[in-house]
Amino acid sequence: MAKLKGYQIFWESLLKEGVDLVFGFPGGAVINIYDELVNYPQIRHILTRHEQGAVHAADGYARSTGRAGVAIVTSGPGATNTVTGIATAYMDSSPVVVFTGQVPTGLIGNDAFQEADIVGITRPCTKHNFLVKSTQELAETIKKAFYIATTGRPGPVLVDIPKDVLTGEAEFEYPEKISIRGYHPSTRGHPQQVKKAAQLIAQARRPIIYAGGGVIISGASRELRELAELIHTPVTLTLMGCGAFPGDHPLFLGMLGMHGTYVANMGISNCDLIIAIGARFDDRVTGKLDAFAPMARNKAVGGLGIIHIDIDPTSISKNVEVDVPIVGDAKNILEQLIDVIRTMEVDWEGRHRDWLAQLKGWDSQHPLQYEYSDEVIKPQYVVEKLWEVTQGEAIITTEVGQNQMWAALFYRYKRPRQFITSGGLGTMGFGFPAAIGAQLGNPEALVIDIAGDGSFQMNIQELATVAEYRIPVKVVILNNRYLGMVRQWQELFFDKKYSQTDISVQPDFVKVAEAYGIKGYRIEDPKEVGPFFENLVKMKEAVIVDVIVEREEGVFPMVPAGAATSEMLLDKPASAKNGERLKRLLPLNFPS
Amino acid sequence: MDEIRRHTISLLVENRPGVMARIAGLFSSKGYNIHSLSVGETMDPSVSRMTIVTSGHPLVLEQIVKQLRRLIDVIKVVDLTATGEKFVDREMILMKVNAKGDARAEAMRITEIFRGKIVDVSPETFVIEITGDEGKIKAAVELLKPCGIREVVRTGKVAVMRGPKSLKLV
Repeated sequence: MAKLKGYQIFWESLLKEGVDLVFGFPGGAVINIYDELVNYPQIRHILTRHEQGAVHAADGYARSTGRAGVAIVTSGPGATNTVTGIATAYMDSSPVVVFTGQVPTGLIGNDAFQEADIVGITRPCTKHNFLVKSTQELAETIKKAFYIATTGRPGPVLVDIPKDVLTGEAEFEYPEKISIRGYHPSTRGHPQQVKKAAQLIAQARRPIIYAGGGVIISGASRELRELAELIHTPVTLTLMGCGAFPGDHPLFLGMLGMHGTYVANMGISNCDLIIAIGARFDDRVTGKLDAFAPMARNKAVGGLGIIHIDIDPTSISKNVEVDVPIVGDAKNILEQLIDVIRTMEVDWEGRHRDWLAQLKGWDSQHPLQYEYSDEVIKPQYVVEKLWEVTQGEAIITTEVGQNQMWAALFYRYKRPRQFITSGGLGTMGFGFPAAIGAQLGNPEALVIDIAGDGSFQMNIQELATVAEYRIPVKVVILNNRYLGMVRQWQELFFDKKYSQTDISVQPDFVKVAEAYGIKGYRIEDPKEVGPFFENLVKMKEAVIVDVIVEREEGVFPMVPAGAATSEMLLDKPASAKNGERLKRLLPLNFPS
Repeated sequence: MDEIRRHTISLLVENRPGVMARIAGLFSSKGYNIHSLSVGETMDPSVSRMTIVTSGHPLVLEQIVKQLRRLIDVIKVVDLTATGEKFVDREMILMKVNAKGDARAEAMRITEIFRGKIVDVSPETFVIEITGDEGKIKAAVELLKPCGIREVVRTGKVAVMRGPKSLKLV
């Protein structure tokens, strides 16, 4: 067999993995990879302007397509710049494979130029990582990296490749199959546990389905809907779960947790059984742990407990003790569960009628709402209009903070992989590069980054990437000239002492866009919003829209940190409302 | 239910660089306790056997086992204490004790009682080697204290199940 150079093996292996798009930034340690790239026209390389942007873009590609995203960077600072991107992907279980260059094996540990122990640095924030020791093991390591990243609970994998491994030679044989003796993700649920779950569900009077990002990753949205409709049970989603269940479905309660809807949080607090699917009882969902789901968890008041379906055994009973754990892939387990439930004779509709009526009552008491103004643009109005104009079909990415919460609450997602956000790590600057990745993975889709003026500036350099490759993403900046979420906390819990959150000194975003050769617009009048968006969705190029919004708008409802989920602030205390102009939004259309 | 328990966990792991760092990193990043950790090659040189003694609430101990299993380089994890099976555990200790005057005879007697060995002799010190379970080691240390212990080195616990059962790769 002919021998290949390491840098050839690298690209050949990527081809074998079906990769046709990579994001990256060259440097000395990976210069051979880039030199060889020209011989692989099948692979499109997107040069981002910062390594963090490359990883977020690969992540956005992965989340929007379900396929592994790939990033290539050089050693040292190139590698360390990927860390936030990797940690972001790790917290949200996104399959990203990051290749880092490394100094030659003989220099490792010598404090060589552009040397960093990136395997050591990323050990706690990767699903797994590798240092490739020889050209012979390069192909197999790449195979393992993709296999680990995309199977089980997905996650980022980093492969560190010393320069002499790239310039060395080896026979190239790409393994067809790989088996790793310490890695066997379980996929099917234990039948006995499934049966136990079905029996509990049949006993429940006030059940609730609490579903998260695992449903999307597993491709279990159809099964989730089938189950909910079959057992006539309402569904609440986590931030990561948005899109896993149709946002306009009569059984949908909206998002739960710190900024969840009133009905979702009252639902989880008053239900007698939680069916958790691909969700991990994050602190932003549970609020004060002792007070979480007090009825379901209290046997003395007839609580039936918690059923927890998750592929990761470590997610089970980590924060909240569960009664019926089922470890495996959500799609498989839901299929199993539906099969068992179909054999049962239960009048589901009749059993849950009172419960659904109670939920409907809570929802009409405090629906999701905001105060409309025709003088100043309300950020919620912007998101609502985007939803209307795009008919709920756009792929939405977000930055982190208020923009993210409004995007989650006021846009109704129809499908999985339509809402892309940094949920676990909460990375400001994620949304813009992620939108680039999502757009390249979905060339026909309308991709919109709902941004804040603070977050957008954190990866603003990617405007050059958008300009170079003519990537038609739309960035809608909800510009309040504040670090809005922190300001909201300061307003509510720190006597309005706005310490270091006023960022009024900022660039003219329209001019910044224009400086990169990108179209930029500013909107300041609420009346302009609708008509402008009608045009925006028809535009085939990248557009940056600077929307000047109400400076001190808050995200509500809100469960203050450390409070019980049922203790929500529904509005600013003593809010000065200009008459009763509350716009009541998104009423839930429960069947009556 | 809620009291802190001490458990002995056996692991089979890939015998390659970085594996110890992964395991130690897991314990430190999650805030788990390590009382002792010992590691060595098995009959299969590609596999190392590790024994970890840890403690925590029952739910934490459950998490520790699950988190260890989640590591790709960890092939097998058995919480020996949780299995309820009987197991043998041993630790070796080397102690450098004063051996002048009365202490010399006393140290020899105690070593004999504990079936230990004096492995190094100098005019003023002994190095004593004692092997045993936690209780025996503790007792030996206590009894030798009056002689004056200059230095203590312990291997950490190793453990193996009693009877024909053994930890296999698959």
